[in-house]
Amino acid sequence: MGRYTVRRLLQIIPVFFGATFLIFAMVYAIPGDPIRALTGDRPPSASVQAELRDRYHLDDPLPVQYGKYITGVFQGDLGETFRGRQVSTILKEAFPVTVRLALTAFAFEIVLGVLAGVLAALRRGSFMDSLVLVTTTAVVSIPIFVLGYTAQILLGLKFRLLPISGVRDGWVSYILPGMVLGATSLAYIARLTRTSLMENLRADYVRTAIAKGMPRPRVVGRHALRNSLIPVVTFLGVDLGHLMGGAIITEGIFNIPGVGGEVFRAVQAQENPVVVGLVTVLVLVFVLSNLIVDLLYAALDPRIRYG
Amino acid sequence: MGKDTSARSDAALSVGIKAGLQAPERGTTPAANGIAGTEASKPERQANLWSDVWIELRRNPLFFISAVFVLLMLAIAIAPQLFTSADPRDCSLTNSLVRPSAQHWFGFDLQGCDYYARVMYGARASIAVGLSVTAASALIAVIGGALAGYYGGLIDGLIARITDVVLAIPLFLGGIVILSALGRQSRGIVTVTIALTALYWPTMLRLMRSSVLSAKEQDYVTAARALGATDLRILMSHILPNAIAPVIVYATIAVGIIIAVEATLSYLGIGLQLPAISWGLMISDAQDRLLQAPHLLLFPGLFLSITVFAFILMGDALRDALDPKLR
Repeated sequence: MGRYTVRRLLQIIPVFFGATFLIFAMVYAIPGDPIRALTGDRPPSASVQAELRDRYHLDDPLPVQYGKYITGVFQGDLGETFRGRQVSTILKEAFPVTVRLALTAFAFEIVLGVLAGVLAALRRGSFMDSLVLVTTTAVVSIPIFVLGYTAQILLGLKFRLLPISGVRDGWVSYILPGMVLGATSLAYIARLTRTSLMENLRADYVRTAIAKGMPRPRVVGRHALRNSLIPVVTFLGVDLGHLMGGAIITEGIFNIPGVGGEVFRAVQAQENPVVVGLVTVLVLVFVLSNLIVDLLYAALDPRIRYG
Repeated sequence: MGKDTSARSDAALSVGIKAGLQAPERGTTPAANGIAGTEASKPERQANLWSDVWIELRRNPLFFISAVFVLLMLAIAIAPQLFTSADPRDCSLTNSLVRPSAQHWFGFDLQGCDYYARVMYGARASIAVGLSVTAASALIAVIGGALAGYYGGLIDGLIARITDVVLAIPLFLGGIVILSALGRQSRGIVTVTIALTALYWPTMLRLMRSSVLSAKEQDYVTAARALGATDLRILMSHILPNAIAPVIVYATIAVGIIIAVEATLSYLGIGLQLPAISWGLMISDAQDRLLQAPHLLLFPGLFLSITVFAFILMGDALRDALDPKLR
């Protein structure tokens, strides 16, 4: 276990540098001059341009720029926008919003997804089972923006059940966007739980538990379900990263001031430091959540032990 | 998958044994016995994975439903003029936002273009991107995964690290950055395909790698090697046919998912650009007038969802047919 943890931690290093460098290089390749874009039609004077280029290291070759940037990151400096705003300030405002949104989606998909999966698996071939299968496939097929607008019109405008825009109403305002954001993953979780539980219910240890007279709810809950949730946990780990990075569309539809919206705005406005800074943080979240999942494996399933 | 194929051949074997046992009982006269004997001695079919899968698929109504929809959408994509006589670019502002009617089933959009014609012509972009991204990703995945799984060691480590790096970049964010880097003028089907392929291959590659890993431990590979087969021959004619099934299942589902992703990028304004006709762009235009003209969202949204649904359903049916555990 110890050696595995160390190896797993070491693997993070190339992933972190590789992913941030790729993003950095691609943002660098976006055509156009950000300094000239700053002042619109009338370009700033030559000396101002030179000063700004020097300040943001824009004349250095790409690897040098990246080196200077990443050194800054390790000193806690995520850089600043060309308008002098700190990227860390933007992050401080936007990150908690996105985390709240992702956690709402997370809670929603775990509770409903696992419940639907268990109900379907316990009665294979029943009406409930078919219902879960058809709805989950349908939900996966509907693009998230179509789903978002439909939910907005139906639940928000027609029935006026939930707030549909912004985050001013406290946690209530996260419910609808959270449901939309988590819908696709909910479908995957329901299907994963169903398949995995169905397989485990046929395992020998379940038969043994039933044969020795253990009550069925306990057999399902204690034995079968616990083992069935391993692939679900894997999925959840990968999903947390996707929820944070994939919230752009949901944040756009529901007008939520989160990380995704900031990145999108920054790419359009060529605010390269913001793009790289925020994506770097998202990459970190993704890599770390994957690490936690890998380490959780051993804790969940006693059969899995890493040498 | 290697385990599955061995389980399959076991099943085929036991069926063959049963058939052999029953054959003599059926024949009462020596002549009939002889006929039955030739039937049994002629191997009814080799234990071929894909012929088994086909038999299984033919019994699945969901496969037929999804196949009909997939073929229909492909036909629309290839020849939209067969499905509509109207010109999607022949617009008249007097018809702006007219609701659906008997003559014009899907109504008109803001510019007064016939919406049914636009929905038909919009299929091509979506399906072209879906198919080409999947094909390109599958090609990278099969070659890379086969090399990594078969040779292991340094190649495996190198490919695994590259895969990790690309996987760590979120799909939409990466897509936005790549498409911005490629420039606004050149954004068409080709650019979107390149951007999505660059981000989509890693999952498939991992799938291929793990399935090659289990296939190469099989006895038939050892046998082939003992007979002096070259690496290339072992890979191409022994490992590949047995290891590719999970990738094909995943790829079928991926076509649907990529179509949805392309629509999302176009919707965000960084995928296909006007005057191209695509479902994503149509939905993007529809969002400003949702209450006034809901049909503008409904029809492209419906076609998009049905196409994605059909591909996912087909992938599901394929997976069920390939998985002996579910029989």
